[in-house]
Amino acid sequence: MIEFKSVSKLYPDGTHAVENFSVVIPSRQTTVFVGSSGCGKTTLLRMINRMVDPSSGEIEIDGENVQKTEPVHLRRGIGYVMQNSGLLPHRKVIDNVATVLFLNRVPKAKAYERANELLDTVGLDRALANRYPGELSGGQQQRVGVARGLAADPNILLMDEPFGAVDPIVRVDLQAETMRLQRELDKTIVFVTHDIDEAFLLGDQVIILEKGAKIAQKGSPEEILANPASDFVASFIGADRGKRRLTVDTKVKPSGDDVVLIDAGGYAAGVISAPDGKLAVGSASPKSRSVSNKTSQAGDA
Amino acid sequence: MNWGWIWANFFSGTDSNTGIWGLTLDHLSLSALPIVLGFLLSIPLGYWASRSRVARSVLLSVFSLLYTLPSLVLLVVVPVALGLAIINPANVIVALTIYALAIMLRSSTDAFMSVPADIREAARAIGFSSWQRFISVELPLAGPVLVAGIRVVSVSTVSLVTVGSFIGIDSLGNLFHEGNESAFPTEIWTGIVAVLVIAIVFDLIITTAGRILLPWNSRGSRRRAAKRELAEAVA
Amino acid sequence: MSLIIQAFAWIFNPIHYTTTALGTGIPDALTQHLILTGLSLAVAVVIGVPLGLFIGHTGRGRSVAIIASNAARALPSLGLLALLLVILPIVPWLPSNYLPNIIVFAVLGIPPLLAGAYSGLESVDRQTIDAARAIGMTEWQVLTKVEIPLGAGLLVGGLRSSVLQIIATVTISSLYGQVSLGTYIANGLAQHDYVQMTAGAILVAALALLADGILATIQRFVVPRGVSRGASKKRNTARGRGIAATPGKPIMEGN
Repeated sequence: MIEFKSVSKLYPDGTHAVENFSVVIPSRQTTVFVGSSGCGKTTLLRMINRMVDPSSGEIEIDGENVQKTEPVHLRRGIGYVMQNSGLLPHRKVIDNVATVLFLNRVPKAKAYERANELLDTVGLDRALANRYPGELSGGQQQRVGVARGLAADPNILLMDEPFGAVDPIVRVDLQAETMRLQRELDKTIVFVTHDIDEAFLLGDQVIILEKGAKIAQKGSPEEILANPASDFVASFIGADRGKRRLTVDTKVKPSGDDVVLIDAGGYAAGVISAPDGKLAVGSASPKSRSVSNKTSQAGDA
Repeated sequence: MNWGWIWANFFSGTDSNTGIWGLTLDHLSLSALPIVLGFLLSIPLGYWASRSRVARSVLLSVFSLLYTLPSLVLLVVVPVALGLAIINPANVIVALTIYALAIMLRSSTDAFMSVPADIREAARAIGFSSWQRFISVELPLAGPVLVAGIRVVSVSTVSLVTVGSFIGIDSLGNLFHEGNESAFPTEIWTGIVAVLVIAIVFDLIITTAGRILLPWNSRGSRRRAAKRELAEAVA
Repeated sequence: MSLIIQAFAWIFNPIHYTTTALGTGIPDALTQHLILTGLSLAVAVVIGVPLGLFIGHTGRGRSVAIIASNAARALPSLGLLALLLVILPIVPWLPSNYLPNIIVFAVLGIPPLLAGAYSGLESVDRQTIDAARAIGMTEWQVLTKVEIPLGAGLLVGGLRSSVLQIIATVTISSLYGQVSLGTYIANGLAQHDYVQMTAGAILVAALALLADGILATIQRFVVPRGVSRGASKKRNTARGRGIAATPGKPIMEGN
């Protein structure tokens, strides 16, 4: 569990990046910090592994004050994935993945074995192991970055807009991979993004931030959608433009039991199953969620 | 420091009998000419090198080879190659122009290559002719890097002129030789300081000209851009 | 043209390998030149490289370094030599004139090394360095495993400039009596023996080109494979102003 206690960050030039931020990040779940540029979400993330130190307040991991832990030691136990993968360009892919293991004095043979396993885990062909990062595509590089983050089997994985720099198709792929990894590995993931759809997709707990890291709303995606706490939140999630408010379209008659849903602006948003004229009810637990074409039937858990 | 000596020898005296001021004027003309020539020549050559890979590799390798040679070597080889008498100021000017060109060519090639391709395309699409595009778009945008290059050339050239005094071409370098021979530090100091002053004055002229001709590259706008980057990194 | 042929003849004349008109054979002059260059380079490296690495890694002292580099480029080496030869006493345990000479050579050889070291380190992508820190490398590990390997090209480039600068300055020091390959040029000028002068010029040129060639090859080998092979997309480097350096071809000092 990660806990922020009244954390503030004031930069010397006067920028108040974080103002009195307090939140509990539960273990084994994905918590997403989401907000527009400059709201301080990256700063918050980087305070967890002490890349940035708070001006006041405390950050505790499982009850231990992060400030009291030696930063290098702390960072070797936390996985960190950044936007441009941050791979070392002069080391081969396999060496990049094994970097933290080498830092932790794991013997070479074991380190390489684990690194190869991780390549499998993130869905990369082992043949890429001996290439250099510059020879890989953006999506592949990001996967290597994730593999490196997981190498030391940390409990916490920090991800800073990791899919921002890849194209949309690859992004969907990577998002699906992340969710699969979360299901299999049960890590505590702290994820930063400016994309609310990505936040709703990946987050068990979503924290919407305003400037100064002020919490605009905190909760599960369903809770936020059901009850936006303020106009800011409503506009941020697109609710005010009616993107989220869907009604059944009576104009188009699809075949079968599906009816078309339109949003408040009249634009088609999706379909919903309505056998016998009654709307299907779904309820998915976090573990059964996936990005796929299968529609979950009523009663699926 | 023997200030009296400086005063006494300012307008006449010293071995060549032209005085410190006279030597300074000699030094000025000997250094200004190569700087200007080197700059002017580097523009067309640098432009050509920026557009043609073959030209680039040939020109840059030839000139970097020439630059590798110590100045004394060049000063001695130029008269031999050109068939001039050793004691001909043209030797120094040619040799220093070659050096200036060697330094400047790298700068000007980079400068023209640094002009973004989309801006060039946009200029073409608007209807600029090639020549207009060069004068109004590429040259100004290459300006900052060119200015940085001339500053390096200027400093180097002013300093190198002193070596010419050993093949008989009068410059502030004379003061070094005389000062050393007569074990008279004041004279040497005078020479060093005078050279530095000329270098500083040239540099000021160049940077002022740069600021007037290239107003969009002001320090203020660069500082603002840096602040923007910091704000985004914090997000 | 004939002068050049005569000069080559002069170089290959066996007499000149034992003694020439001034009493120094070519091997002697060459050895002196190399010793002086080597000693000065060692001093310059010991001072300039750690300083440059410190400035490049921590980012502190950049302005001072830039000012120092520019100032050193502006100082006429001839003047410095002349001055120090007059005001420094001769240290007894070094061959005469060595100390002031080496001081000047080293002082002029430090700025390119400094510039090479700190521009090499500044050229490394900030994100790569950040990532290295984030995964738990100590500052020393970041410097030695990431910054130096990735900045090695410019670092060796600085070394290359420095060597050339020192070779050139050693040549000039002959004008003040120091024995080196430049002695032939100096004497040739003094005695109006233009064959000897040209021969000296050719010898110095050969040395300079040889040294440059060796270092250029080292420079190419020192650049890590992944850096030259992979296409680097968006490179976010520290804004290094003052001395514009392009990887592979550093700004070389004059003289």
